[in-house]
Amino acid sequence: MGTATLEPTSIKKGFKSEEYFINMGPQHPATHGVLRLLLTIDGEIIKKVDPDLGYIHRSIEKMCESNSYQQIVHLTDRLDYLSSHINNEAVCLCVENALELEVPERVKVIRTILGELTRIASHTLWWGVMGMDVGAFSSYFYGFRDREMINDIFEETCGARLTMNYNIPGGLMQDIHPNFVKRVKEFIPHFRSKLPEYDRLLTGNIIFQKRTKGVGVLSKEDAINFGASGPVARASGYSCDVRKYHPYSALDKINFTEALDTTGDSFARYKVRIAEMWESLAIIEQLIDNIPEGDHKVATNAVIKLPKGEFYQKVETARGEFGVYIISTGTKNPYRVKFRSPGLSNLSLLNHIAVGGKIGDLVATMATIDIVVPDIDR
Amino acid sequence: MGYFSDIYHGIGTLLTGMRVTGKYFINARKGAITQQYPDNRDTLQMFERFRGEVVMPHDENNEHSCTGCQKCELACPNGSIEIIWDRVIDPETGKKKKAIDQHIYHLGMCTQCGLCVDACPSDAIKWAQNFENSVYDRTQLTRILNKPGSKVRAGVEE
Repeated sequence: MGTATLEPTSIKKGFKSEEYFINMGPQHPATHGVLRLLLTIDGEIIKKVDPDLGYIHRSIEKMCESNSYQQIVHLTDRLDYLSSHINNEAVCLCVENALELEVPERVKVIRTILGELTRIASHTLWWGVMGMDVGAFSSYFYGFRDREMINDIFEETCGARLTMNYNIPGGLMQDIHPNFVKRVKEFIPHFRSKLPEYDRLLTGNIIFQKRTKGVGVLSKEDAINFGASGPVARASGYSCDVRKYHPYSALDKINFTEALDTTGDSFARYKVRIAEMWESLAIIEQLIDNIPEGDHKVATNAVIKLPKGEFYQKVETARGEFGVYIISTGTKNPYRVKFRSPGLSNLSLLNHIAVGGKIGDLVATMATIDIVVPDIDR
Repeated sequence: MGYFSDIYHGIGTLLTGMRVTGKYFINARKGAITQQYPDNRDTLQMFERFRGEVVMPHDENNEHSCTGCQKCELACPNGSIEIIWDRVIDPETGKKKKAIDQHIYHLGMCTQCGLCVDACPSDAIKWAQNFENSVYDRTQLTRILNKPGSKVRAGVEE
């Protein structure tokens, strides 16, 4: 007989395993946009993740240098389009601080309410897409159903569903729509009854838990080292909520608890975001009944000229700390604008937490980091 | 947990989730928010502030209220608005007055930011709520907002 039969073990012995590259993206649905990940894998085990950026670079920072301060605001809609209202607020606050302009209380309260609604809208979309990334299809529709109510509020008051451009330096473009308070008050009990449904549908699901628990663990030290912010950092126990430490608009008068977790895995990031939706509801409830009367804007010059100097303002978007840095030379255009986007620093830790896992784990990790690629590429 | 209790617990969680979807499956008609577009075109009502495209309303005498002050042109971040204007002699006062020849609006470049409508001092331009803006040729996206033969309404000043 001799060598006639080839045993499976002998094949395994003779096969030399080698690392190889595989492209994930730029149009992979699980990368949430045009992001290309160069994976070095050994079988199914990830050895290295190289994010390749630049596929939707639009040079927004450079465009800002030739635009007036009113015109910059609408460009920030196109960064993190899921928290566009908070991005607008950041630019407006930065310009108002530089001009030492005090906006009316009414503007502050409305801005905070709209900001928290944006956060809920962003998190509901994330929740739906997160479910879809790990293989649950229903969550997508349930998330979008609740987001639709917020989008209607935005459309009625701001005039657009995604790129609102409702804030202007000095206040708001228009006063709130007469139906605004009514619609928000309808939304809060509706969403309060739907959020436990999210838990029943996905959080307790055994497949979902097996896919996310212990996957993509980020320690508190690494979260700080990589400059992570937002729910990603808070899930590792790093308390970094800008709303808490550097309150802006009406947030200094609000009681809310920062959602924290210590595990640092994908499931912890998921739980932090769910807890944040509850907190956002609580913030809106505290404000919606007592929106102060007053003007919706203060008059600014038609041509805004910032004093000479450097100005920075940070806010907490749905993804983390968003900063606007403006250098002014005293002319009507900024000399230089830099946006500190939460997505880029959160993406930078992907290689650190995905190495050693499987490709399927990478998809779950990517989903809980919740990157928006236009925010990273700008 | 043991092997069998693990399976038992796992099936339990799946059934909990399926109870949610089952509830909506049975009550599918209640609270469904799906819009039957484009079948509901006749009844579809957009919100009054929705920013579709910029239009210039004209009254029955074919008059608009654009004085040609070019504030919208300056406010636009993308150069979507071009105003071709000239000075004409006002028949009442005999003085030369600025008047628009063409108010050109490039919908293809517009980002619907709303700064032009906000900047207009005489409310000459406003937002239309139509959103079906696709055309076969991009030259159709360049629109002249003032109608031919129209003129500025008397009494509208800069």
